[in-house]
Amino acid sequence: MAHYVLTRLLSLAISLIVASIVIFALIEIIPGDPAAFMLGINAQEDTVAALRSELGLDASPVARYFEWVGGMVTGDFGTSYTYRTPVTEMIGERLWISLPLALIALALSTLIAFPVGILAASRRGSMTDTVIMGFTQLGVAIPNFWFAMLMVLVFAINLRWFSAGGFPGWDEGLVAGLKALTLPAVSLALPQASILARVMRSALVDTLDEDFMRTARAKGLTRGQAIKRHALRNAMIPVLTIIGLQFSFLLAGAIIIENVFFLPGLGRLIFQAISQRDLIVVESVVMLLVFAVIVVNFAVDIAYAIVDPRLRRQA
Amino acid sequence: MTLLHIENLSLSISGTPILKDISFSLEEGRILGVIGESGSGKSMTAFAIMQLMPSGASTTGQLLVDGLDTLNASENELCKMRGNDVSIVFQEPMTALNPLKNIGEQVAECIMIHEPQTPRGEALNRARSALERCELPESRFPLSLYPHELSGGQRQRVVIALAIALRPKLLIADEPTTALDVTTQAEILTLLRRLVQEDGMGLLLITHDLAVVADMADDIVIMKDGEIVESGDTAFVFQRMQHPYTRALYEASGHIPERTPTQSMSPILSVKEVVRDYRLPRKKLFAAPEHFRAVDGASFEIFKGESLGLVGESGCGKSTLTRAILGLEAVQGGEIRLNDAPIGPGHTMGPEIRSKMQAVFQDPYGSFNPRHRVDRLISEPLHLLDSPPAGSERSDVISNALREVGLSAEDQFKYIHEFSGGQRQRIAIARALIIQPDLILLDEATSALDVSIRAQILDLLAELAASHGLTYLFISHDLSVVRSITDRVLVMKSGKIVEEGATDQVLSQPKNEYTKTLIDAAPMLP
Repeated sequence: MAHYVLTRLLSLAISLIVASIVIFALIEIIPGDPAAFMLGINAQEDTVAALRSELGLDASPVARYFEWVGGMVTGDFGTSYTYRTPVTEMIGERLWISLPLALIALALSTLIAFPVGILAASRRGSMTDTVIMGFTQLGVAIPNFWFAMLMVLVFAINLRWFSAGGFPGWDEGLVAGLKALTLPAVSLALPQASILARVMRSALVDTLDEDFMRTARAKGLTRGQAIKRHALRNAMIPVLTIIGLQFSFLLAGAIIIENVFFLPGLGRLIFQAISQRDLIVVESVVMLLVFAVIVVNFAVDIAYAIVDPRLRRQA
Repeated sequence: MTLLHIENLSLSISGTPILKDISFSLEEGRILGVIGESGSGKSMTAFAIMQLMPSGASTTGQLLVDGLDTLNASENELCKMRGNDVSIVFQEPMTALNPLKNIGEQVAECIMIHEPQTPRGEALNRARSALERCELPESRFPLSLYPHELSGGQRQRVVIALAIALRPKLLIADEPTTALDVTTQAEILTLLRRLVQEDGMGLLLITHDLAVVADMADDIVIMKDGEIVESGDTAFVFQRMQHPYTRALYEASGHIPERTPTQSMSPILSVKEVVRDYRLPRKKLFAAPEHFRAVDGASFEIFKGESLGLVGESGCGKSTLTRAILGLEAVQGGEIRLNDAPIGPGHTMGPEIRSKMQAVFQDPYGSFNPRHRVDRLISEPLHLLDSPPAGSERSDVISNALREVGLSAEDQFKYIHEFSGGQRQRIAIARALIIQPDLILLDEATSALDVSIRAQILDLLAELAASHGLTYLFISHDLSVVRSITDRVLVMKSGKIVEEGATDQVLSQPKNEYTKTLIDAAPMLP
């Protein structure tokens, strides 16, 4: 097991290094000089040059890469070209919205998907199964922003239980913050829950046909006991894979939902930064997201090994 | 007292009759063999006893297990019965255990399900002694082992341990040794017999192998198409063989196809000092990977027109050697030549060499692409030819190949799921034959077939060898098949060829200790 964790850690480190090089190189190739963009089209050439040197853009790419990476390691992501504020602060503020949002959505999605998927699988072919699968089909098909708008209409405008958008900040208290995140989290979670429930069902259905399930029944376990003790864990590998993918998606892919609910999250930050050629912010946010994805994948790999003893020996 | 009493039991699944009016009974301490080919309903009888039938099954008649009327019992009563009064051992030891739980937990679970007040430690202790009774002592097989760390025979012992942990009155063994090697089979059968004697259990032994039952069972029941065709005391049934099906089954089991050995002195395939190493997963991060030598200096020749057998237990390297001969994998030492041209993977050998060698594999279900029609499946090797036949010429070739293996030309328009196992194996032979190879490798090609089908396929192979001057390399763990179809035999153990000689001689007067063990372990027909 220690060997397995070690090799996964090594692969995590290599992935991070490769990712940082790729991100840096891509940003380098993108056309558009941030200094020229900041000064507008009428700027004098020497003014642009002066700003370039002030921003540190005239140094060699290699030197700038190391400066960037070195800064990130010490928690200094540099200064935004547009806002002239530390990127670390900007990301920090946004992360406090995006991370809780993603976590709540993921928790909701898992809490809905597990019981629903297990119920559908254990009643395979029945009316219950058909109805559940119908609903999940709908959940996958409906775009989440449309669903979000529908919820705003019902819960914010008609029932006035929640506000239609915006974020009061965590200073206003935990309840106010959570309240503001509820509708966005639900609209993010439902399509994910539908996908996860379908994966859970099909993984479990496959497992139910395995020979060892017959052995379990022959031992005297009831159907329910056999599913709980033998099938669930065996069905977990595909489910864990999807949960890992969903977390990465929820962290970075919430941009449309953030827009619907006027939430100042990471998605909106990166969108603004791209349109303003604030490359240092783009670089940093992308790197942060890549970091999150790689760490989540690492966690999923470790979870695989906890679930399945056969994986522990392999590198 | 009567442990199992079945009277006029009929079973149908979604309207299709599976069992028709079967009746038999089993007493304590007796072994009852249930024999039949696939589709005879013998496994469904076992599932009916356990009441673990597929959905859509409906039953009529009477089925009493130790007095309990299982057809009308509640699910609760059945759960109490299963694993406690009646246990079952299945055919496939590789998949019968949960891969994510260690063997101790899986055996202890039986005890804890039926006696919930048992503390975990005590349940594990009892699991330990059950495993020990099944010859898995804790010193070598700690309870913390997972199924994937055990061989097939060892896993079957774990399955038996969990079946007998609560000392059931009735044990059902559904083809318990079919997936195992002969030597392992002999050990498992001895174990079952010992457990029956020690516990006074009744054993219902379901198998397709007459020889296994002849050795073991007190009484036998012979089933065909869901009906019992003959039953009674084993010795008596074998002596009398009243029903034609019993006779047919008996004859098919020991069937020897008629063939005239054609001896020639020119080798078609020569294998010289072949070594095949596999890299093992690294144990430490930076340590050099270790290797496993699957084939260790194997040398032999196959002469034109002969039929050579290659026998050995699973893991002895015979399949690895087969893959190397087919040029599917590179060898790490030595040389393989076909018609004096070197064999190897990739572009080592050209299509004209590859076209002289074809293979038929064990699994008639898995070795075809289910989405291709038969004509496409069997004409695939034709691409090895310089100018493959096209149009009507191609369909003639396909029709011919199908007719030669006893199918009809119209079968080329069907899909593979429309055929039975035996027919599929014929199609596999047609696929090998279509390109007129010199050598056909038959890798356990009859092992998955019922005895009567196996006899037909052996006849077909003998015929084709005579009419086409084919050379066979017949790889099998089944000595009776090797005896019936080969001229010469090689015995392989741990990657080495330990004995070689004329089949009759090797099998009647083995020189090597290992060959002797193999022959002794094989069950014999009376």
